[in-house]
Amino acid sequence: MFHLILFLFFGAICVAGAVNLLVQSHPINSALSLIVVMGALAAEFLLLGAEFVAAVQVIVYAGAIMVLFLITIMLLNAGKEEQTKGSRVALLLGVPGVIIGAVLVAWTLLSRSSMDGGIPIGALRGSPQGIARLLFHDFLLPFEVTSVLILIAIMGAVVLASRPEAVARGPRKDR
Amino acid sequence: MVPLSYYLILSGILFMCGVLGFLIKRNIITIFMSIELMLNGVNLSFVAFAAHWHQLSGQVFVFFVMVVAAAEAAVGLAIIIAVYRTRETLNVDQVNLLKL
Repeated sequence: MFHLILFLFFGAICVAGAVNLLVQSHPINSALSLIVVMGALAAEFLLLGAEFVAAVQVIVYAGAIMVLFLITIMLLNAGKEEQTKGSRVALLLGVPGVIIGAVLVAWTLLSRSSMDGGIPIGALRGSPQGIARLLFHDFLLPFEVTSVLILIAIMGAVVLASRPEAVARGPRKDR
Repeated sequence: MVPLSYYLILSGILFMCGVLGFLIKRNIITIFMSIELMLNGVNLSFVAFAAHWHQLSGQVFVFFVMVVAAAEAAVGLAIIIAVYRTRETLNVDQVNLLKL
């Protein structure tokens, strides 16, 4: 019972943050409500017993990635969203399409009620030890591949964000 | 005891909010945040299924999703900065040419 109340409480925070992200017209308000969603999701992970994933969710997602977003918003001085003709068309087509998609997802989930067992609180403890054993043993090759991916992403970000004339001129030689 | 379908419905709601934001938002940064919201919804269903089937590898996959999301955020925000530098707008309706 207590578990269900906690689930509903944090789930309501999640949905409220996600709806607030859609309603707000200023990107910085959207970013802050996305941080709320991620924090509440970390609590949901804790309810499922995934302690380490919850910690990483707060540190990497709510910490690192959202700071990247906020810095970009401040750097570009993003203002209020302008409403154009295209936005009205997107609203008219997007909302019915999403409602159809949501109905399909809900129908698929509810028609598979045979696999619907209850999950007790902290069902599967994702301790750092167990996750590390999987990550560095069974998933060693994907882990190494992601390190290459991160390296490529760093180089891509540096090249893309640098000024075009600096790339064309090459490294500075006057020092 | 919370049924598995509650977690899946919550993750579906988050995913659908992300899809809706992706479709109706005009600011390129907000569109990008909607993609992050979709990834978060998928992460929740990964962890819920991991608890349901007692397989820890579902939680390991959340790490890979997070790594891809971090790489995507770094590259995507760099692209947004490059777009803003050449066009001086963040409205996707005004970004309609590949080359100026």
